[in-house]
Amino acid sequence: MAAQPLFETIGISKTFPGVKALSGVDFRLFPGEIHSLMGQNGAGKSTLINVLTGVHEQDAGEIRLAGETVRFATPLEAEAAGIQTLYQEINLCPNLSVAENIFAGRQPKRHGAIDWKAIHARAHEALAELNVSLDVTKSLDAYPIAVQQMVAIARAMSVKARVLILDEPTSSLDDGEVARLFDVLRNIRQAGIAILFVTHFLEQTYAISDRITVMRNGEREGEYLAKDLPVEQLVAKMVGHNRMTERLKGGAPDTPQQRAGTAPFLSMQGVARRGVMNPIDLDVQPGQILGLAGLLGSGRTETARLVFGVDKADAGTMSVDGKNVKLSSPHDAVRHGIGYCPEDRKKEGIVAALSIRENIILALQARRGWLRVIGRKKQREIADTYIERLGIKAHDAEQPIGLLSGGNQQKVVLARWLATEPKMLILDEPTRGIDVAAKFEIMDRVLALCAKGLAILFISSEVGEVVRVSHRIAVLRDRRKIADVTGSAVSEDQVYRLIAGGSE
Amino acid sequence: MKQIQAVLRHQLVWPALTLIALFAIDVAHRANFLSIALLDGHLFGAPIDILNRAAPLVIVSLGMTLVIATRGIDISVGAIVAIAGAAAAVVLADDPTRIGTALGAALAVGVLAGIWNGMLVAFVGMQPIIATLILMVAGRGVAQLLTGGQIIPIGAKGYLVFGGGYLATVPCSVWIALGVTVATALLVNRTALGLFIRAIGVNPVATRLVGLRSGAIVFSVYVFSGLTAAIAGILASSNVRSADGNNAGLLLELDAILAVTLGGTSLLGGRFSLAGTVLGALIIQTLTYTTYSIGVPPEATLVVKAIVVLFVSVIQSSVARAMLVRQLLRAFAFAKTKPLTGTPQ
Repeated sequence: MAAQPLFETIGISKTFPGVKALSGVDFRLFPGEIHSLMGQNGAGKSTLINVLTGVHEQDAGEIRLAGETVRFATPLEAEAAGIQTLYQEINLCPNLSVAENIFAGRQPKRHGAIDWKAIHARAHEALAELNVSLDVTKSLDAYPIAVQQMVAIARAMSVKARVLILDEPTSSLDDGEVARLFDVLRNIRQAGIAILFVTHFLEQTYAISDRITVMRNGEREGEYLAKDLPVEQLVAKMVGHNRMTERLKGGAPDTPQQRAGTAPFLSMQGVARRGVMNPIDLDVQPGQILGLAGLLGSGRTETARLVFGVDKADAGTMSVDGKNVKLSSPHDAVRHGIGYCPEDRKKEGIVAALSIRENIILALQARRGWLRVIGRKKQREIADTYIERLGIKAHDAEQPIGLLSGGNQQKVVLARWLATEPKMLILDEPTRGIDVAAKFEIMDRVLALCAKGLAILFISSEVGEVVRVSHRIAVLRDRRKIADVTGSAVSEDQVYRLIAGGSE
Repeated sequence: MKQIQAVLRHQLVWPALTLIALFAIDVAHRANFLSIALLDGHLFGAPIDILNRAAPLVIVSLGMTLVIATRGIDISVGAIVAIAGAAAAVVLADDPTRIGTALGAALAVGVLAGIWNGMLVAFVGMQPIIATLILMVAGRGVAQLLTGGQIIPIGAKGYLVFGGGYLATVPCSVWIALGVTVATALLVNRTALGLFIRAIGVNPVATRLVGLRSGAIVFSVYVFSGLTAAIAGILASSNVRSADGNNAGLLLELDAILAVTLGGTSLLGGRFSLAGTVLGALIIQTLTYTTYSIGVPPEATLVVKAIVVLFVSVIQSSVARAMLVRQLLRAFAFAKTKPLTGTPQ
């Protein structure tokens, strides 16, 4: 390892109105290393990356690239200096073709016109390096998010980069894709490129990192070699103290309904939608957590959307509380006491420009209709109650929700449904992209609600989490249910085997 | 300092300042511009004239505001104005005493046009600009069919009151515009519609997923826009005492969109201000008045109008505004800290 850092910051500080986001952060990135930046939401990771890439300008401190002081006024300047960044949300144009996305802004030209042949060929090459083979002339939105992420990576790597910054690149990839990405990262590490990697997945951090920098409350907590830092210590350093509650350790709560085997709140038989989901039977009882386990694309989200009426089922029957119902729109589902925290929080969950208060009361107001308006004072009361109860970190209820961190946004979406006093909640990846502490807090709340008799349909790509909290687990593969097992009776490994196609 | 900052950042400051600036130009040109006289129990004066003439635009723009707040647009309002006027004129040509029927017919065709637009946008899923383009073009044809290609004169006294009469010394059209403004404000603020409309404008997907029937709300917003256009059509036809399928409400949709944007409503949806829209409509009318009154040659009026609109739009842009606010704040801070030169010790 070279003694000279390629990219470093010295005493970086950055203050936003009302928040000290970074204070005196020293950070070093060496060539040919993969460096993980760890910390909870709000610890300052994103701000540090934004400063490094010219999105924000620091208030104090300096940035050095290869020993020389640099100042990036815009992300373009940083890119020109060889710093490539991949953000959490894919910043590509879904309406352009894959090849156009990879080469947008630097199209190879021939005789002054765009050389489409070269673009397509080189796009193919760039993707081939990632072991991805696509029709590069198809528009990007024809592919699932995971593939789009790979295209974004291909775009970043097809530029001559000295530093590659990846801000949670793996949050929408499945295990195989993550492994493939890591292979590629190891390859480019060999070429002497410095890679900065941000993720919430601890396992991935250890699988790939040489070095780890831990951030907490806008300060650098410390810098460690990955091999010298056991995972428990890493978590302790990130969180500051142990937040794992007794309830979480206990797993799925033992509720009276659960013991007595109450009649299901929601029951579906043979519910299907052509081309989307094969016929599926599910029962969820009050006070029960039904986990859906399966790989990306196995039909987890599709099932949730059918239950909530986002997509209309074209076969099968559903009953709520024993009565046959037709849930053909979210409006119907909400009227029957069902709530849905969608997977894609930013696109489908939050209403970014509206305040926290407005986001929280939105579902309740929607259910009451436009005439029975909730008074301003009552709205404030509801919002403040949930801000306090769920520990939402915000100035006040009038702050636009778009300014909150991911974990807090998720809590607001959860609060939105709790305010409607639902009988069943569908949680699709409620803890994705959320830091460890917030994750525990959210799951703790979910278990508490379940213990009070709420039926929960829980979806997570982390099988361990599903196994830990679910009473029952429906295992999905290829858009059909392949097993329905009791949560306490199976181990994580068994579920993995089921997903992979083995028997119990 | 904080207060100055808050004032400068307020949404309504810039439209209000623009309006004041226009008034200042008028006053500089003609000192008694603002004076209002009471003649024969009617108020007369330039401000009253501006309000009176702005009334149809104000009304149409209110409907347009709600449409734009849902991230839509309605470019058919000019045509709807023509259809509504034509419908009323046709009824009155048959029997000049049936004022109520004429009004009903005008409002009904407006609502019908809105239903058509709303269906295409909310339920068929067409892009708003294309969906309403259909009626913008075809609507003129409908109006022509109704009037038989002629300009139909309107002589019914009871009908002419709306666009030319006075009530309690103030023109009726001003009262009607005020009424529509208040009604719209109540509708939006006293019910949850305002919140729903903004939520749809910001994130239609998420709004549907909270269980809101967003389709129905988008639909009703277009119906409302059709209704406001019909009211404007009644005022316009009553004011000029005739229905003209070709020229009634011509390009009114563009003035309405302009009024909405001048008022600080974002074309990207989500943020809207009814008060801003009213100010915006008044700015447009005052601008027209000013260019005529200060003697801009007729061939140059459109250019002058364009330049002012460009200027106001630049100021409206948040980037330009942030720059200006920063400059102003710096100037204030400077004035505060700078010692007075030449003061005797």
